Amino acid sequence: MANIVEVRNLKVEAVTDAGRVVTIIDDVSFDIADGEIVALIGESGSGKTTIALTLMGYARPGCRISGGSVKLGAHDMAGLGESECARVRGIEVAYIPQSAAAAFNPAHTIMDQVIEVVRIHRLMPLRDARAKAIELFKALALPHPETIGERYPHQVSGGQLQRLAAAMALIGDPKLIIFDEPTTALDVTTQIEVLRAFKSVMQGKKIAGVYVSHDLAVVAQMADRIIVLKGGTIQEAGATEQIIKRPGHPYTQALINAVEPALFAGVNAKEEAAKPPLMEVSNLYAGYGGFLDKGLPRLLAVKHVDLRVPAGHNLGIIGESGCGKSTLARAIAGLLPAVTGNILLEGKALAPYARHRSREQLRQIQIVFQSADTALNPSKSVSEILERPLLFYHGMTRRDRAKRVGELLDMVKLPRGLGNRRPSELSGGQKQRVNFARALAADPKLILCDEITSALDTVVAAAVIDLLKELQRELGLSYIFISHDLSTVRAICNDVAVMYAGEKVEQTSPDKIGQAGGHPYSRLLFDSVPKLDQGWLDSLKQDEALIEAYAVR
Amino acid sequence: MNRQIIELVSWRLASAVVTLLIVSFTIFLATMMLPGDVAQILLGQAATPEAVAGLRKAMHLDEPAIFQFLKWLGGLASGDLGRSYANNMPIAALIGGRLANSLKLAAATTAIAVPLALTLGITSAINRNSLYDRIISGLTIAVISVPEFLLATLAVLVFAVYLRWLPALSLANETKTFADLLRVYALPVITLTFGVSAQMIRMTRAAVIETLNTPYVEMAMLKGASRRRKVLWHALPNALGPIVNAIALSLSYLLGGVIIVETIFSYPGIAKLMVDAVSTRDLPLIQSCAMIFCVGYLVLVTIADIIAIVSNPRLRT
Repeated sequence: MANIVEVRNLKVEAVTDAGRVVTIIDDVSFDIADGEIVALIGESGSGKTTIALTLMGYARPGCRISGGSVKLGAHDMAGLGESECARVRGIEVAYIPQSAAAAFNPAHTIMDQVIEVVRIHRLMPLRDARAKAIELFKALALPHPETIGERYPHQVSGGQLQRLAAAMALIGDPKLIIFDEPTTALDVTTQIEVLRAFKSVMQGKKIAGVYVSHDLAVVAQMADRIIVLKGGTIQEAGATEQIIKRPGHPYTQALINAVEPALFAGVNAKEEAAKPPLMEVSNLYAGYGGFLDKGLPRLLAVKHVDLRVPAGHNLGIIGESGCGKSTLARAIAGLLPAVTGNILLEGKALAPYARHRSREQLRQIQIVFQSADTALNPSKSVSEILERPLLFYHGMTRRDRAKRVGELLDMVKLPRGLGNRRPSELSGGQKQRVNFARALAADPKLILCDEITSALDTVVAAAVIDLLKELQRELGLSYIFISHDLSTVRAICNDVAVMYAGEKVEQTSPDKIGQAGGHPYSRLLFDSVPKLDQGWLDSLKQDEALIEAYAVR
Repeated sequence: MNRQIIELVSWRLASAVVTLLIVSFTIFLATMMLPGDVAQILLGQAATPEAVAGLRKAMHLDEPAIFQFLKWLGGLASGDLGRSYANNMPIAALIGGRLANSLKLAAATTAIAVPLALTLGITSAINRNSLYDRIISGLTIAVISVPEFLLATLAVLVFAVYLRWLPALSLANETKTFADLLRVYALPVITLTFGVSAQMIRMTRAAVIETLNTPYVEMAMLKGASRRRKVLWHALPNALGPIVNAIALSLSYLLGGVIIVETIFSYPGIAKLMVDAVSTRDLPLIQSCAMIFCVGYLVLVTIADIIAIVSNPRLRT
């Protein structure tokens, strides 16, 4: 079989803000055969997207291809000028972006953007192009294929936009398609639908593909071969089956371990549950927008939720985007006052507003947000960030604070020397540890973790989860752990509450979730999590009525 | 067009009307607080107190301010701008020709400045950080920092005194042929174009650069779009809101802010009329001129906002 892509000794350099030149891709070589799908897998910063974009002759601003060759068919994309590359893009190689929501221009209709490639390269009459686009919409299982093109991007859902982006890539009949994390931003129940559509179209048309992802389980469904990247170099390459069953490189093994972490083996639940609970929430309602006549907010995000967290226990809250899980955390923390309902901490009622709670009550409940990038003040050093709660809650002297900051950094396993740095000088995992250390500084009893591992790479996230468990053993903490990722929640929680459309539909232990007899939505959610098994997607049988009822398409 | 957009636009129009009312009140208050008594000034130093009091009564100046305000506002609403204190002519007649002159000057400047500013702004955004961009940016900053009277004087010095190409004064009434017209308008239009273009160029450049950095423009490039297509089809429609607003702000300056240019070139426009009115304490004339400037400003800004609302498909559909 002929190779459509031959990359040899590829080298990409980037210029840092300080003007230093760093090599971000070093000596990368690989081939892609006709009709083959090759996955580039690795954590953020591994250079997977950069490599994929060089196949289109493109390097993001600040980067440039500084060596090697990128053969695509008859062209060497590394050596072509901008206008020559433009002639190849869209018709020989096409791109499906990570966020279709951002990649569609809000000012034009979907159809105009889908057939833009035809217009640019003058491939066929526009009437034929529209007909072809509608055929593609049908092939990608989009609803209302005849009319969906007349809408604007903001009028369709995220999963639909992602498939429309695929139609946009397919319209020019490219020989190679680059998938850049196309399902990372989607909920699991939506992801299945999109993956299926991609797979059937790719198999039907025999197009070669490059699938960029950090998620081995997803990649296992799509790719023929996998290339594992780290720090801009290839660690291991091989057939998908070999990589997931018999990985040769320790880093690959670490990636595989991170996909399905072990279930949480916590303290004896029965014994603890008998004790008075640390936190008890009953009949909680919360929402946004002005109030309606009945005293309820215009947009009710949390409805009638009851929770119970025994001391030393972890409660997981799981659900898809928009299910109200973050609103629930904000209501417990008092950031968004609950409309009605009781929040009891050690049997004492808490005021709905954080500012009406005593300092001692505030100290006992801390919240850690998803994005450490925005939660940490960029102009303060790590020490200053950690000293603030020490002063506020404990009124410590300068010397005590310095000592405690050192201890906190030890606890979250960061070198003490990091104290003088600013958040922008830390990696994503380090920032999230600082974010967590700030919560620990208050000596809380309960920490609300709102998607704290979602922005992290799988291996880094697994390390953060281990840290959380270790700290719990040492400090006797309790966590309310909010996430959309079932396997992460199962790795740390004694109990898992499943939320759907603002309501808690089920609460059960992590090993029982998704089993027969549970709530149908829990089952759907459980079944939708990709497994590290090549045949998973093809053999997966889901109840159509269930998907119809619960999945957001 | 749907209900939401009609709601938004009517809300915008209503707020423009309320703004106008507040502005009219402020103008009235400000002119009331000008030092000096009109009757006293009109009659001169030698007038007897009885004569002054009589005139005040005749001019309704002895009534409470609020009545005077309501009366004035009612007059405005029915198109009666009142009579000038200085020469007892209807203000509408005084303003009429002057306003037309000012509008002509504004129109001529707009016709040149807007296309020029858009072209320079967009081209320098496309060639960001190139020599061309740096030269344009440098020049616009230089022009912003030079005061207008200096620009105008320099223009007169170069074109009228040394080169003798153009007349130093712009007496609009002496135009018979089209060539005359060009000669008369050339100097003020050049000076004003320099003044208003700089801001528009900078805003256009910034707005286009911002949209050029979005993922959808990168996506367009990965579809093989040319630079021209990226800018005109992808970036510009999304940059329209801020650009139109910058244009409106710059153009509103052409109605009220051209005092220096009209004075230097002796151009009989409305700004110069207002300056003269201030020196003669002609309160009704000052008030009317100020209202005209405000109406012009509000109309332009409201149009810009409505264009921004209508050009956003999230609101349009």
